[in-house]
Amino acid sequence: MSISVNNISKHFGAFTALDNISLDIPEGELVALLGPSGCGKTTLLRIIAGLEQADQGDVFLKGDRVTDQPVKNRQIGFVFQHYALFRHMTVFENVAFGLRVKPRRERLGEAIIRKKVHDLLSLVQLDWLHDRYPDQLSGGQRQRIALARALAVEPSVLLLDEPFGALDASVRKDLRQWLRNLHHDLNVTSIFVTHDQEEAMEVASQVVVLNHGRIEQQGAPGDIYDHPANAFVSRFIGQTNVFDLEEHDADWLQTAGLSAAQQKGKIAHVRPHDIVIEKSTHHSDAYVTLKDWQHLGALIRIELVKSGINGHAASVYAEMPNDQFRRLHLNRGDKVDLRIRHAHWFH
Amino acid sequence: MNAISATSFLASKKLTLSDPDWVRYALIVATLAVIGLFLLLPLLTVLIEAFAKGWDAYSASLSHPDALAAMRLTLLVAVVTVPLTTVFGVSAAWAIARFDFRGKSLLITLIDLPFSVSPVIAGLIYVLIFGAQGWLGSWASEHDIKILFAVPGIILATLFVTFPFVARELIPLMQEIGHEEEEAALSLGASGWQTFFKITLPNVKWGLLNGVLLCNARAMGEFGAVSVVSGHIRGLTNTLPLHIEVSYNEYDFVGSFAGASILAALAVVTLVFKTVLEWKQKQEAAKQAVEVH
Repeated sequence: MSISVNNISKHFGAFTALDNISLDIPEGELVALLGPSGCGKTTLLRIIAGLEQADQGDVFLKGDRVTDQPVKNRQIGFVFQHYALFRHMTVFENVAFGLRVKPRRERLGEAIIRKKVHDLLSLVQLDWLHDRYPDQLSGGQRQRIALARALAVEPSVLLLDEPFGALDASVRKDLRQWLRNLHHDLNVTSIFVTHDQEEAMEVASQVVVLNHGRIEQQGAPGDIYDHPANAFVSRFIGQTNVFDLEEHDADWLQTAGLSAAQQKGKIAHVRPHDIVIEKSTHHSDAYVTLKDWQHLGALIRIELVKSGINGHAASVYAEMPNDQFRRLHLNRGDKVDLRIRHAHWFH
Repeated sequence: MNAISATSFLASKKLTLSDPDWVRYALIVATLAVIGLFLLLPLLTVLIEAFAKGWDAYSASLSHPDALAAMRLTLLVAVVTVPLTTVFGVSAAWAIARFDFRGKSLLITLIDLPFSVSPVIAGLIYVLIFGAQGWLGSWASEHDIKILFAVPGIILATLFVTFPFVARELIPLMQEIGHEEEEAALSLGASGWQTFFKITLPNVKWGLLNGVLLCNARAMGEFGAVSVVSGHIRGLTNTLPLHIEVSYNEYDFVGSFAGASILAALAVVTLVFKTVLEWKQKQEAAKQAVEVH
């Protein structure tokens, strides 16, 4: 295990930020700590880094207990949400900082430091900016310089706090891919914090879902999506339709293809792509109406309205590929037949 | 279309923003008159009076042993108080900007206290503490420690009136800059001192220099608090401001205004330094913000 966290708890006054968290991260993984804001993910990252002290529990890095070690002895690279570049230093000096503050007997020669910094700047493709100041860089450039600076000290683990949080949507997309590739090349065990489930699914090899200071689920992105451990995870990761059997007609779910035998709980979560619709052939008992649709690139999101038992309507969302939807020849207001292929059941 | 709307926009902006000419000129003249009457005229008077009996009298009164002693004492006071105030100011600003603790706002208020207390009171406090009837007076005299009517008392009183200068300058600055750059330095393996000298200090250096400059001006020019604790012993406990007063009361106008001219020169030098500091700071900011894209 490259990073191990044992029974960590942290309180801020009466607020419980982390509630007895244990987590093991194998060597070489790129892990996302995912959760809504205030769930404790940044606090956990800062405790692993040593920037924050836990009230109880232990942190192990590469098998060594570092709970009482200050941040400078932990050999971590930390990338801050707002980059925290040294504003009075050039890009070159920023990246060289970690090499130059080493004690004299460990410090590399000036020529080696120069070469190393230029290599790192080439790695993040920004060597041409080496004499600029942080104020002169764009957000994406600052992010990459912050990363190069953290990598300069050859950390055994890399910790990133909301690395793409402060960037434009388009820059963010590029950087995500870039970070994945970089991690693939360097293979440094890395943790990044995010509240964006799409980002976590796209970048990470492992996702840890946190809520209210507890771990809800840990696993590969696909596993978490296909087998959410509980209603929170199911709702937080991806889109989902929620049917509460106590409010919705169980019979209705049966007509939609979920027989009573398949109903394994009180609440059914249905992914939009697990809903199949067809133009209604019989007019009388179809009570789902197509309200509207939106184009999401290759997919179409279809908003359906299901009239409930006591007259109140509920929206149901379905998704299908563009061409499939076109073949259905549906218009706004059409009655449709609806079939549910698969549901997750929770209590 | 665009050009038309742009010009009309400019025109309307000009209309709303500019006052009639006579208002502008009246305001400028009024400002200049006030500055002339209350700042330049007194400064001029100081110089005229100082040189009323010619250069020789001026230099003679400045090279008088009592005048030289006063200048030496003033320098000594500044040399002792400014570093102490700077260390205090940096540590207080550090504590207030970095940590949350009970009574933090009370501490900020207390740091401001010398600004709101009359300097004479500041001096009296030390008389009450170290005077013959004071709390520590008898203890001090038993141990043969002279505080009141001696240099230590003058330094203490000056410390009291100057200690907010650096702290006041740094607290808002450090609060605005935040803690992240220091955390970044620590995560890169820097020690606490390295972080302080390579990150914290460079980030606040302009504010710090500004505070030190103002503190120095005040330390050299303080009259009220020092007057109470000094005892006005010529050649021993008279600082330059006190020397000026004593000379004036003895109708030694050349001596008094010659001393005043030194303090006035100090003020001018301080202003020049301050302007240079601000200019340097702007230059640095401009250097860092050259257009890139």
